[in-house]
Amino acid sequence: MSTEAIPMRPIWYFVGWVLIIVGMIVMAAGIYYLFVPIHLDIELRGMHMSIWWGLVLLIGGLMLTLFNRKKTVV
Amino acid sequence: MHTITMTLFDWAILLVYLGFVVWVGFFLKKFTKTDEDYFLAGRRNSAFVAGVAFMSANMGALEVVGYAGQGAEYGLFALHFYLIGAIPAILFLGIFMMPFYYKNRIKSTPGYLKERYDEKTRVLNAISFSLMTVLSAGISLYALALVLKTFLGWDWDLSIWLSAGFVALYIILSGLLSAIFTEIMQFFLIWGGILLLPVLGIVDLGGPGKAFANLPAVYTHLWSIAGSAADNPMKLDWPALVFGLGFGISFGYWTTDFLIIQRAFSAKDVRSARLAPIIASYFKILLGFVVVGSGMVGLALMRDPHSGFALLHTDGRVNYDSVIPLLMMRYFPPGLVGVGVTSLIAMFMAGQAGNMSAFNTVWTYDIYQSVINKSASQKNLIWMGRAATVVGILLSIIGAYWAKSMPTIIDYLQAIASWILAPAVAVILLGMLVKWISPDGAFWGMLIGTIVSFAMFMALQLGWITPGAIAPGGTASAMAANFWRALWAWLISSGIAVGVSLFTEKRPEAELVGLVRGLSVKEEVAEIPLYKKPVFWASITVVVFIILNIVFW
Repeated sequence: MSTEAIPMRPIWYFVGWVLIIVGMIVMAAGIYYLFVPIHLDIELRGMHMSIWWGLVLLIGGLMLTLFNRKKTVV
Repeated sequence: MHTITMTLFDWAILLVYLGFVVWVGFFLKKFTKTDEDYFLAGRRNSAFVAGVAFMSANMGALEVVGYAGQGAEYGLFALHFYLIGAIPAILFLGIFMMPFYYKNRIKSTPGYLKERYDEKTRVLNAISFSLMTVLSAGISLYALALVLKTFLGWDWDLSIWLSAGFVALYIILSGLLSAIFTEIMQFFLIWGGILLLPVLGIVDLGGPGKAFANLPAVYTHLWSIAGSAADNPMKLDWPALVFGLGFGISFGYWTTDFLIIQRAFSAKDVRSARLAPIIASYFKILLGFVVVGSGMVGLALMRDPHSGFALLHTDGRVNYDSVIPLLMMRYFPPGLVGVGVTSLIAMFMAGQAGNMSAFNTVWTYDIYQSVINKSASQKNLIWMGRAATVVGILLSIIGAYWAKSMPTIIDYLQAIASWILAPAVAVILLGMLVKWISPDGAFWGMLIGTIVSFAMFMALQLGWITPGAIAPGGTASAMAANFWRALWAWLISSGIAVGVSLFTEKRPEAELVGLVRGLSVKEEVAEIPLYKKPVFWASITVVVFIILNIVFW
């Protein structure tokens, strides 16, 4: 059995991609319900947290992906 | 009570997460060639990866949802679980104990007991630890199904089998490597799901200056209300906190529980392994404020008659553990609901995967290879690890159904840990500090400590004794009795280990090099900058720890 380690991208790169996708979906939900008004039975709905938090996740994901796109670990 | 409504956006987020964990299992399989790859993630992780995984293994739902519940019931006093109940033990592990574990290429905590003492001490610890992990996984699975049924209206059986199936898939395929990969993903999703809760709650309550201003002092201090048990709602005095929680419970969990320590073992060198728990200590403190802060938001809302906020009631009693899902329902719009629900499921899966990866390692190395097949090949060990995962998952599903038929079993979870971990930490610590502790001393100390701790627990349950009989001072809560019982178990195990060692055969010093303080080989240590030294980062945690205890005195 070969025990030679295979290089791969760091975990942060993959985490970055998931955060980008999740951030985009959360933002999309926030923008969608901005234009398609339905009654949301929640507090602080005027803060549109889906948009802001989606943006935070998206930026975090972009940073992780960009910083790690050329790195490899063994 | 109405349930949380999931929109298409929320389902999409959950599917992205579940798709990721399945992909991880298949993707990492090609990197899992040796038994060390499968059981210890190839020992090639950086300090930060190992540290985040170390922390993530502690972010199971029973911890997060449960301690938020403690925050809702007891206020800021619950922060003790994240400060005195965690930080000293985590730092002690990183600074003092980790070199003994890591430098000898030990693969598990029972493995240390084998090297330091003998085979029977290892097997005793391995069997009790295996039972604990399988039962914990079952209870975690039960709690997941309960949350999904209560708050989302999902089917009980489907929730249990699906979540267990996902965890089984990625652990079977790639072992600890995939567990760590998914734990790091879960770490981000959990923060993404719960970080907003205290922030939104404080905004809702009128801002940082007003949010908790109306809470009585017993809900907003740490030590000034710990002079006597009668002064605080948790009914704990300072000796119970310092000696019982800070030592008896905390050291058992953070320095001996292989579920947590296994993540640090995956680090690429001893410096990274020592840094892993120290890095985790920063997140532990921050998590404390987020989790207990969320609970306190629930507490403040409950005391405000205009808020319309109330916790669920179960069997006529307030169910404090419902605070996090209820706050998500109160504040999270579509999209964020998906992140919140995914973070809850991620917490449960992190707990389940942590238990399973620890179980398959201890079973394979410390029971199978040690007792059943001493000459097992690498291929055979990996096969056994996969088989152990399947069996462990099936046993945990049985445990979940058992817990369903007997819900009070959850109350025993902490107790089970104190039966097993407190005696283990006693003999491990003595083993690292005192070279003349004998194998027979360790074995009998651990066995009798476990039996005595269990007997004390049963005597309390059956009403033969009161909590005050276990805790000094005469009056105490059940929680104080838990803390003191762990400390007594530690003291009894230590006393018996020392006593028996006086009359039984010790191991020669030559066999204990590197395993006991004072018998370590002097190594040439390369000079590294101060900021790369574990002790530097541990010192910062100590300063933060002291400041927080003073500020919230």
